[in-house]
Order: sequence, then C-alpha cells, then structure tokens
Amino acid sequence: MSLLSPILYRVSDLLAAESPTGVADAVAGVRITPVDAVGLEQRAAGLCTRSLKTSSKAAALELAIRVMDLTTLEGADTPERVQALCARARRPDAADWSVPPVAAVCVYPELVPVAAEALAESPVAVASVAGGFPAGLAPWEVRLAEIAWAVAAGADEVDIVLNRSAFLSGRYQKAYDEIAAAKQACGSAHLKVILETGELGAYDQIRRASMLAMVAGADFIKTSTGKIGTSATPPIALCMAEAIRDMAEQTGRAVGLKLAGGIRTAKQAWHYLVIVGETLGPEWLTPERFRLGASSLLNDVLMQRSKLGDGCYQRREDFSVD
Amino acid sequence: MESAGGFSLEYAPAPESVAPVRLASQYGLFIGGEMVEPGAGRLAATVNPATGEALAEVGVAEAVDVDRAVVAARAAWEGGWRNLPGAERAKYLYRVARLLQERAREFAVLETMDGGKPIRESRDLDIPLAAAHFFHYAGWADKLDYAFSGRRAAPLGVAAQIIPWNFPLLMAAWKLAPALACGNTVVLKPAPTTPLTALLLAEVLRDAEIPPGVVNIVTGDDATGAALVAHPGVDKVAFTGSTEVGRAIGAEVAGTGKRLTLELGGKAANIVFDDAALDQVTEGIVNGIYFNGGQVCCAGSRLLVQETVADTVVGKLQQRMNTLRVGDPLDKNTDIGAINSQAQLNRIGELVASGVAEGAELYTPPCELPERGFFHPPALFTNVSTAHRIAREEIFGPVLSVLTFRTAEEAVAKANNTPYGLSAGIWTEKGSRILWMADQMQAGVVWANTFNRFDPASPFGGYRESGYGREGGRAGLLPYVELVA
Repeated sequence: MSLLSPILYRVSDLLAAESPTGVADAVAGVRITPVDAVGLEQRAAGLCTRSLKTSSKAAALELAIRVMDLTTLEGADTPERVQALCARARRPDAADWSVPPVAAVCVYPELVPVAAEALAESPVAVASVAGGFPAGLAPWEVRLAEIAWAVAAGADEVDIVLNRSAFLSGRYQKAYDEIAAAKQACGSAHLKVILETGELGAYDQIRRASMLAMVAGADFIKTSTGKIGTSATPPIALCMAEAIRDMAEQTGRAVGLKLAGGIRTAKQAWHYLVIVGETLGPEWLTPERFRLGASSLLNDVLMQRSKLGDGCYQRREDFSVD
Repeated sequence: MESAGGFSLEYAPAPESVAPVRLASQYGLFIGGEMVEPGAGRLAATVNPATGEALAEVGVAEAVDVDRAVVAARAAWEGGWRNLPGAERAKYLYRVARLLQERAREFAVLETMDGGKPIRESRDLDIPLAAAHFFHYAGWADKLDYAFSGRRAAPLGVAAQIIPWNFPLLMAAWKLAPALACGNTVVLKPAPTTPLTALLLAEVLRDAEIPPGVVNIVTGDDATGAALVAHPGVDKVAFTGSTEVGRAIGAEVAGTGKRLTLELGGKAANIVFDDAALDQVTEGIVNGIYFNGGQVCCAGSRLLVQETVADTVVGKLQQRMNTLRVGDPLDKNTDIGAINSQAQLNRIGELVASGVAEGAELYTPPCELPERGFFHPPALFTNVSTAHRIAREEIFGPVLSVLTFRTAEEAVAKANNTPYGLSAGIWTEKGSRILWMADQMQAGVVWANTFNRFDPASPFGGYRESGYGREGGRAGLLPYVELVA
C-alpha cells in the first residue's frame, strides 16, 4: 500500500484493478495532486500582471500566431468559408508576408477533405473535432467511427471530448477506455482531449481529468469546446499546466496544452503565453506542445502587431472577416 | 507541422514612470501643521537602495524638535481633537483614505524608490492596504461606544509611534488610523532609511485639513526615537521594529505609566503536510519568504515539510525560484527588488555565510544581480538543523531554511521551538488538522493554505519575543483607548 495519506489519489486508484486497455504501472501511478482554489487563482492573477513591452510584445504576438488553431465550428460552415480560412491560415496577413502561418485549421469532420485539399503542401495541419463533439453523448461505436473517418479523410489532429457523463458519475474506467481507444483509432494523428472544464465544477476535478486523459494517451489536453458559457480562464490554464508539469516530472512524458473558447484579444493570448512559459518553461512554447484555439483572435493579434510596427491602429475593415 | 525549438519569453524592460513623483532636495519636519526646519539644522540623506544614490536630504530631529512636536500634539488634543464627535474624526480619515487612493501611483513609485521594494508590491499591496486601513478605522470612529460592551472608550492623549522601514507607508497607516479614530493625537517617527512617503503623507494630511498638531512627523535617527519615547508628555508608545530595540523601549517606559505596544521580530514556521495542494504550497512558500525580499517580520522563514513530500516540495521550490526575477524594483516584472540598506545586506550575507559554515546546503538560482545597489538573490537552505543560526535567528532577508518532520506532533514541537511567536502557516487539505494545528501554534497570526495575507479587519500581533498588542480590526482599537464605565 501507498505510504501517502488515504485522501491522496494516483490515477491507478481511479481505474479497475485489471484495466482491459492496459497501461504501464509507472504511468498509471502518477499522483493526482490536490488543488487549492484560492492559491491557484491568486497565482494566475499574478501572472496576468506581467507587463510585455516592445520586443517581448512583438515576439509574443508572433508566437500567438504560430500556435493558433484557427477554428470554425458552426452549423453554417461552408466549403468556401473553410477555403477562405485555410488561405488565411497559410498567410494570415495578405499585406505582410513576414507573418508566419498558424499551426492548424480546426473544422467539423465533413469539412476535413476541403481543408486537407486547401492546406496541401503547407505547414498548416488539419485538425478535426470528432467523437460526438461537443457533448460526447452519441453511442460509443458511432463516436469511434467518426474519429476513424476524420483521420481517413485527412485530419492530422483530432479533438475529441472527454465523456463527462462517465467522468462526473465516477465511471473513470469508462472515460479512460474511450480515450485509450480513440488514441488507437487516431493512428499517427495527434489526439487532443477536450475536458470541457466549464462542466467539471472544481479545479480538483480539472486536475483529475487532466491526469486521467494524459495517462490514457492524450497528446494534448484541451480546455473547452467553446460551445458552453465557461471556457478557458487563466486559473484553469494554470491548473492544467501544473498537471502537465507533474506528468512530465513523474513519467518523462511531455503532453501538450490547448486553450480554447473565449480567447479573443491579443492581451488574453499573451497572458496565456506567460502562464505556460513560467509554469512549464520555454520548451512548451512551441506549436508541438501549446495551442490556442480561436476564431476571432487572429484579427486582434494582427491589429496589435501592425500597431506595434507603425504606431497606428488600423480599421477593422482592413482585416478579413473570415 | 514545423519543428520549432523552445521559445524563450524574455521580458523587455517595463519600468514604471517616475514622472508622478516630484522630489524636493530637502525636507523639514512636520510639526503643528507646518513643515519646519530642525532646530539644529541637521540633515541626513535618504538613499535609493536600488542605485545607492541619494534621493533627498531629510531633517534629523533633536530632542528640542521632539519636544515641539509633543507640545503641538498635546495642544491639538486638548484644543479639541479629544472632544470632536467620532463622526467628525471619521470625516478626516475618510478624506485621507480617498486622497491616498487618488495619489496611489505617486505613493507607490516613491515607496519603491526610497525603500527598494518591487513596484508590483507597492502598487498592488502597500498603498491599497494603507488606504484600506484608513477606511476601516474611519468606520470605527463613530462606533467606539458600541465596540466594547458596556464600557466607554476614552482616548489616551498623545501617542508616540515609531515605525520600521520594510512597509513605510503601510506601517504609518496601521499606526495612525486607529490612534486618530480613537481620538488621540500623534507624533510619528519614520525609519531613517525610508522617510519620504511619510513626508508625502504630511501633504495628504494637510490637504485633508486635519487640524494642525493632530499628526506630527519627526524624521531622524535612533536618538530621535529615544527622545520621543522618553518624553514625559507622551501617554502611549507604539513601536514596530527589532526585538532588541523593543526591549530597550520596554525598559525605558517601565514605571512611567505610559502605555506600550510592541510589534517585533519573528521566525515563522510554514508547515506543509503531504496531502497539501503542492503547487499552491510552492507559491505560498515563495510568497511567504521572498515577498518584500523576506524583509517582513511575519515572513515564513522556516519551512517545515513532511518527510514523504520533502524532495518533491524542494524540487518544485527550486524550479520556481529559477523563474523569480531579481532586479530594478521599478520594473513592473520584478519579483524581488533591492535590500533596504547596505547594513541589512551585510547582515543577510553574514547569516548566509554562517549557514554554509554550519553545514547546511545552500541553493540560489542562476540570476544576474544589478551592478549597483543592494541586492541579494533568493536563497534556500536544506539540511538545516534546529540548532543552526539560520533556523533560530531572524534573517530579515530572502533566505529560507528547510526542515522536515514526520508527525504532526513533531511539526508542532519544531514550529514552537523559537523565542518568537508572530505568525505561522499550515498547509493541508484536511480541515480538522488545520483547526488542531492552529490551536497548537504559539503565534499571533496563523494562516491556513495561504501566507502573508493582510486585511484591516484582521488583528495582527505577536506572542513572546514578537511583542504584544494587536493592530487591525476591533482588537486594534484597544491599545489606543482607556475603557471607562
């Protein structure tokens, strides 16, 4: 038995003794550290007072573009809209070719072939939501098939949702097995697991879900679908970054962090860069380990970037609406 | 997907502007509502500890000046302040609070220039809390008749208040607000190295139209303080500072009938159990010892960590220390500013050397210190025994000593094994343990799952060699009143 106090959990404590999917003991034995809400929020607020000026602001804005998952997840999405988005993803500012491309374009599965074609031979990845996005309440076979379909259609990255119904009711093994099976279905595609933190109810639950998803095989853990009111916040980002740090320290596995939902301004974006940079270190400030999922953020970043260059704000009309 | 290497988020310099501060080259004493020259005409320079350069020359009050100040305070008390209705006194205190808020930026920048603390702290903590104390005690001024059940609270007379250099304006607020709310008049003596915000406060007091003589501010050195304490016209002495000076003051006022409250040193234990939220614990430890460069009487300078998580906690702590930014206190991204004076820096250096000599293991993160000014990197000692000087003496600098424990009883024994008793911290997710531990701690303030949190409504003060008397809240009224039937 563990020497630790009885209220301490390891991920293996959440799982059935004989896990059908099987996982190395060392990984499942990672500790789930409790979270103190007051301290977490205080630290997050402190990090958000970091002041980025001149050269560091320019570097942060450029990084924000490089780690961006340009996203459109509307029922009204059209192939034309996705094509336009892909064009922007490859060259975010038509007037300034020094602006780097974004990390990925994120769409619904049906539009993956359109995005894959539009982004062929570009450094921009195709990301697809799948697995019953956003609620994850479709039958499991259907969700699994959707993941496989998206990968076959050309998705390099798949964003699935945690089964909150299973997780919140304490059926951790079920939630775990789904992620593990999704990871297998992804093949070489990267798996991002959306925790939908706004539905988890407590930072402790966010930390627990983060550890569970990472042990189950997630390449990235992601905050939100963007489909409910509460999305990424600085304390939630910090909470998940600390979970990732624990995972890396205890198992040596580096898992990525994707923040999504409600990130609209350049200032929000650099607050998140500061949180990740100071918590996980500079190694995490790359598209391989960090993403910002957003739709309207890009224009604000471009606007701030051009303001930094010539000192003037441009008009909203100067930037593409898509 | 492109394969980019790590990206270092370097922070470009983000200095706070010094434009709001207009410094005079010389300052006199604030007596009877006027700035007056010291009788002997003696001046002393006050230095910016981040550069070593003199900011201004400030008057050194002699016994004759102290006498003028006490006489002015007495006249103001007898001339009306003692009989002013509470609601009227409150009016002045509210004005002071609002004026402090209006000029917050100016005060914050000046506090940082004169004392060396990071602008982030003076801006977000010192100045807002100083204003909050005036607001809080303004609220008490007209409710004194209801503060102590069945007894009336009468003012004492003239209060002599001597404040330290680590929180210059905040300590002035802690002292002035309750004294004035209770109907006393005051002679305040700021610390020799940090007189400037107190002198700026004199401007605020004048703008608030506080009657002349109700507050007098005499700058100076130790002799000034001694003259003030010894003055027969003083009814009450309040001192915040070192235990050594506190003892001398205690001896001086013994048998004189003067009331005395002392807020002295500390060597607080920050106790971490293995079930605690370790990432927030790490922040709490950092905030406990590196806040204001550890120049805090209630600093959590002894870390007691449960054996099972000791390596984890020390690892997290070292990692966090590597991200602390030491440097220009006026830079908005600076976490640890300058040490207040060369003398204090020397004392810290001497104690750190003693820790190494006694066999403890020193860790300091790789960081470049500025070439000028008084700076000390954050330091962490492991392999510390309770017998080491660094585990017993107050260092008053950014130096943490780590000790381990097995059982809660052992933690209690080690935590209380100090002549001090100002504060303590307890970190555990188990509520019953928090309550039991708090009960065992011989310390005036016990924080649970946090550290160095201050609120004007919460009493602050010590046990044993950390002094006596409380500041803050209703308890903070008691040192400034005589309870009568």
